[in-house]
Amino acid sequence: MTDTAEERQDPLLRITDLAIDYRTGRRQWTPAVRGAGLHVRRGEFVSLVGESGSGKTTLVQGALGLLPTAARIRGGSIAYSGVDVTGWSDQRMALVRGNYVGFVPQDPNTSLNPVKKIGQQVIEAVRFNAPGARNAAQHREAALESLRTAGLKDAGRVFHQYPHELSGGMKQRALIAIALAGKPKIVVADEPTSALDVTVQKVILDHLARLREELGIGILLVTHDLGVALDRSDRILVMQHGQIVEEGPVRRILENTTHDYTRRLLDAAPARHAGRLVPTSGVRAVPADAAPVLRAHALTKRYHLRGARGRRREVRALDGADLVVRKGTTHAIVGESGAGKSTLASILVRFTSADGGTVHVGDREVTGLDRRQLREIRRDLQFVFQNPFTSLDPRFTVGKLVAEPLQAFGLVTGRRERTARVVELLTAVALDESHLHRLPGELSGGQRQRVAIARALALNPGILVLDEAVSALDVSVQAQILQLLVDLQAEFGLSYVFVTHDLGVVRLIADDVTVMRGGVVVETGPVEQVFRAPRHAYTRELLEAVPGADHTGPGTIRAARANTSIAHQV
Amino acid sequence: MLRYLALKAGRALFVVWAAFTLTFVLLFVLPADPVDLLFDPAELNTVTPEVREQVADGYGFDKPVLLQYLARLGHALTGDFGSSVQSGRSVTATILDVLPSTLVLAFGALVLALLIGFVIALAATSTRRAWVRNLAEALPSGAVSVPVFLSGILVLQIFSFQLGWFPAFGDQGARSLVLPMITLAVPVSGPIAQLLVRSFATEFRSGYVTTSWAKGATRGGIVVRDVFRNASLPALTIAGITFGNLIAGSVITETVFARQGIGRMTQAAINTLDIPLVQGIVVLVAASFAVINLVVDLIYPLLDPRLRATLATGSPLTA
Repeated sequence: MTDTAEERQDPLLRITDLAIDYRTGRRQWTPAVRGAGLHVRRGEFVSLVGESGSGKTTLVQGALGLLPTAARIRGGSIAYSGVDVTGWSDQRMALVRGNYVGFVPQDPNTSLNPVKKIGQQVIEAVRFNAPGARNAAQHREAALESLRTAGLKDAGRVFHQYPHELSGGMKQRALIAIALAGKPKIVVADEPTSALDVTVQKVILDHLARLREELGIGILLVTHDLGVALDRSDRILVMQHGQIVEEGPVRRILENTTHDYTRRLLDAAPARHAGRLVPTSGVRAVPADAAPVLRAHALTKRYHLRGARGRRREVRALDGADLVVRKGTTHAIVGESGAGKSTLASILVRFTSADGGTVHVGDREVTGLDRRQLREIRRDLQFVFQNPFTSLDPRFTVGKLVAEPLQAFGLVTGRRERTARVVELLTAVALDESHLHRLPGELSGGQRQRVAIARALALNPGILVLDEAVSALDVSVQAQILQLLVDLQAEFGLSYVFVTHDLGVVRLIADDVTVMRGGVVVETGPVEQVFRAPRHAYTRELLEAVPGADHTGPGTIRAARANTSIAHQV
Repeated sequence: MLRYLALKAGRALFVVWAAFTLTFVLLFVLPADPVDLLFDPAELNTVTPEVREQVADGYGFDKPVLLQYLARLGHALTGDFGSSVQSGRSVTATILDVLPSTLVLAFGALVLALLIGFVIALAATSTRRAWVRNLAEALPSGAVSVPVFLSGILVLQIFSFQLGWFPAFGDQGARSLVLPMITLAVPVSGPIAQLLVRSFATEFRSGYVTTSWAKGATRGGIVVRDVFRNASLPALTIAGITFGNLIAGSVITETVFARQGIGRMTQAAINTLDIPLVQGIVVLVAASFAVINLVVDLIYPLLDPRLRATLATGSPLTA
């Protein structure tokens, strides 16, 4: 055996029985991590998977000594190459951080100092970890080298730029350069691609994997996306309620999960479903030639930027976009950030007005309506926002939130009648009377989005426009909400316009799909057809970038999916 | 960039113009007969109609209001606010005599207040000890709750009468400036410190600080290298506004410490109903306030590259 020598060596990082508490009261501590253990060896790519609140980020922060002041390590140990660093002071940990372990943070948009040039920020990372005789010119050279290693071909230019002048992907590469600048033996990446587009995510992850091979460093990737973990890692650890519930090589996890939670995660991952969700009530009946309820034609929206010295620049957010939504179906709009999909959605409901083109709801044109007529149209056309954490008034109770549209349109008069209607709506979204008097702050993300949907349904609309309505939710919650949407559609005959960046979700819920890029519709058609035989190169690129897609093949997964709770079409 | 400059300068000019117009309306238009205001109320009845007419003619009160306004505005543009009723000297000269002493006092107090604010914020952010942080965070509200006249008298008692380090009053030399400056700075340092403590704390929790920790930086290094510049930006805005308060606050300080300055002159001018002088003071104070805020607006893009970028390429996307 060749790996016995490796086995005998201490792993780069070994966490044993780590327990971390958060202070929740004066003498009250709530455990966030309970006896978690993991190790990463040289050249190994390990993924730590879990949903929000599972403690995965806390675990990593603990390993780096970056816990917030409200947290404490109650027990266990953290060792880098056999050196136990548990309880080290900030001063001593500063020698380990950067030097031995590099860290790639979650959100590239906030993780770089906005008032400093990239070069300066990388040089700092070099200087902290190579003290001594090296002079400024050498530091500079090392920083440039690090930027190049991180895959920034134009390192010289980026060196002199500020963070706001770079795209998200470039910022993340700069952060990788910072993590690599101290020549660490292990890199810990906390959701490094969650804020990025799929195609950019693919490039960044490819690069991390290459670094592992070329530099022989170990990588610990923290992610909520099982697809990403399955694609990239040697080993996967699944975390739930502060504990590691499952650990093993990718193949083993895929073929033979031992833990129920892992199986639920696998099933919930949208990329791993081949067909559309079916309503729990039974089979869906959509006439093949359903009449269009919402038509947009040649929509154009320009934003003007006032340039320096009177120059005027123009950004085309939408450039002649068409859209047809058939009655009782779901039409998904997909694309990456800046594709114009949200602009399109907000023009459909007239939050934004178009510069050109028309929108028809049924046979009425929306684009030319005045305020009062628009108000009438809005009864039939409701909107669900992306983030359930910010789209609900925190001081309104659930009952008040759902009743608000009813009152605004004077639909129900009596108090009792109103409560009855609110409860009816809550029941429709699988909440009950007990939620009536709760505040949004007391609800989970999934429950909040249910409230937002109940509120949108209050006026019996025919069309719902959902802008990234499940993007802020965990996969298992996301699966529930999607199922709910499908059930509601079957029950009330709703038509959906579903804006999303996630192609996996499209497959689950949509009948038709429109792919957008740079304000232009590049491809549109039935989901089956577009996904099976994409005509446009960009659609193909998007489909290939979806993580976990490779594992959707026949064989292993089919068997695992046979006993899922979520039924789907074959 | 030019647009930004023009916009800010235009705004400053507007403030000064508005101050002039407002005082004109208040002092010359609203009173039933502005001539009444020009005489001592006790002697008003003894003034003959001929004299009144002469005075009205001299001040142009017999002309239509609009003409009066334009004439005064035209003179004001050349720096001529007429002459003081009391002393007969030119208003501009009278003000310029004392304005520097008030500006030096206000500016010194502002710098001192900023220093105090930064020291408190740095102490609260850099320390690892909870009690130091709590103490530093309690100081600002303490500073605010001490009124100027009280702290002024207290400072006088200790440093002047007891210790004899600094003169109790007068305006000769730099040493006489120390006590009024401290008195004026302490209460305004409170809000500045509070703002800075909060903005340092917010910035210290931000993403790029985590990145710096991960680079291997130490706490002190992070505060100085990363947090300081980002957290200082809001202090700049409040410093501009505070400057106006300081000039207003100088009334009390100058009275307590018997210094000459705008504060005391305003008080005297109002007491004696010296209308041209009051207007001159209001406009000049508004002008210095506008200049300070203009400077603040122009410094901003130098400190924040993001703002510089928006100025170069125009307004950012609104969608």
